[in-house]
Amino acid sequence: MESSQFKIGDRTFKSRLIVGTGKYASFEETRDAIAASGSEMVTLAVRRIELDKAKDSILNFLDPKLYYFLPNTAGCFTVKEAVMTCQLAREAGLGNMVKVEVIGDEKTLFPDNEATLEASKILVKEGFQVLPYCTDDVVLCKKLEDVGCSAVMPLAAPIGSGLGVCNPFTIKLIHEAVKIPVIVDAGVGTASDACRAMELGIEGLLMNTAIAGAKDPVKMAFAMKAAVQCGRLAFEAGRIPRKLYASASSPLDGLINTP
Amino acid sequence: MLLKINGKEKNIYSSDNLADLLLELEIVSPHCAIALNQEVIPNSKLKQTKVHNGDNIEIVHAVGGGL
Repeated sequence: MESSQFKIGDRTFKSRLIVGTGKYASFEETRDAIAASGSEMVTLAVRRIELDKAKDSILNFLDPKLYYFLPNTAGCFTVKEAVMTCQLAREAGLGNMVKVEVIGDEKTLFPDNEATLEASKILVKEGFQVLPYCTDDVVLCKKLEDVGCSAVMPLAAPIGSGLGVCNPFTIKLIHEAVKIPVIVDAGVGTASDACRAMELGIEGLLMNTAIAGAKDPVKMAFAMKAAVQCGRLAFEAGRIPRKLYASASSPLDGLINTP
Repeated sequence: MLLKINGKEKNIYSSDNLADLLLELEIVSPHCAIALNQEVIPNSKLKQTKVHNGDNIEIVHAVGGGL
């Protein structure tokens, strides 16, 4: 049985897992882990070409027929840098859907929400489909929806922290508050974190370090694929409410009597 | 002509536009993009975009990255 499909902007997905392509030991490992994850969209960073080195490219290992690309603005600290990075990504043939992140603090890598909103506004006007990485803030996510973003991507926990969804209630509230897809981005550590996140009803999950940093990234990618499907199916199936007391699941009628 | 390319000064001998500059630098990737003096230049306009002594040029491409 498969969970339902979903859309972000003009792209339709069967897989609800989006994966990053950073921190792998090699391009081959990147390719294999991404294949194992079943993901249909991968994030890429945009960086200077090293002029004096061999110019092998990660794009030689990622078939554009199999994956949508989602260039990101990782490492940008200002609106101008983020906007320019997206413009460069589009010219580099990576498409017009972008993951906007404007970092506001080096230690926590928390986003600068004001700058993220400003950059998103500019990029939507320039015809980009904008997926902003943001803190788990209901009001901010509504504002990002209002300026025309195609999805919101609140963090589960700080980037690369592996802490899992620190604030599941806020993520649920964000999901209730906006009509655009909610993709939880950053902070997942292992498969149970991914499953719990998906059980909240969010449309998708984006991760990188949890897979790339695992001892066996390909195996973890398989685990994450299963966990995301599992969590989504459980959400769609509808869990039972939590209750304090027991309720028997065998019938009470017809019990034998002993004297 | 002395250009600043990706943060480093570099002498360029035979190019006066961005398309020729890529050839001179032996960059053949179809997946690169260029900014000239902080302005992104559409790939369709590389040939007609002239470079001048002292210009600041960024040439980028996609690399692995997540967040």
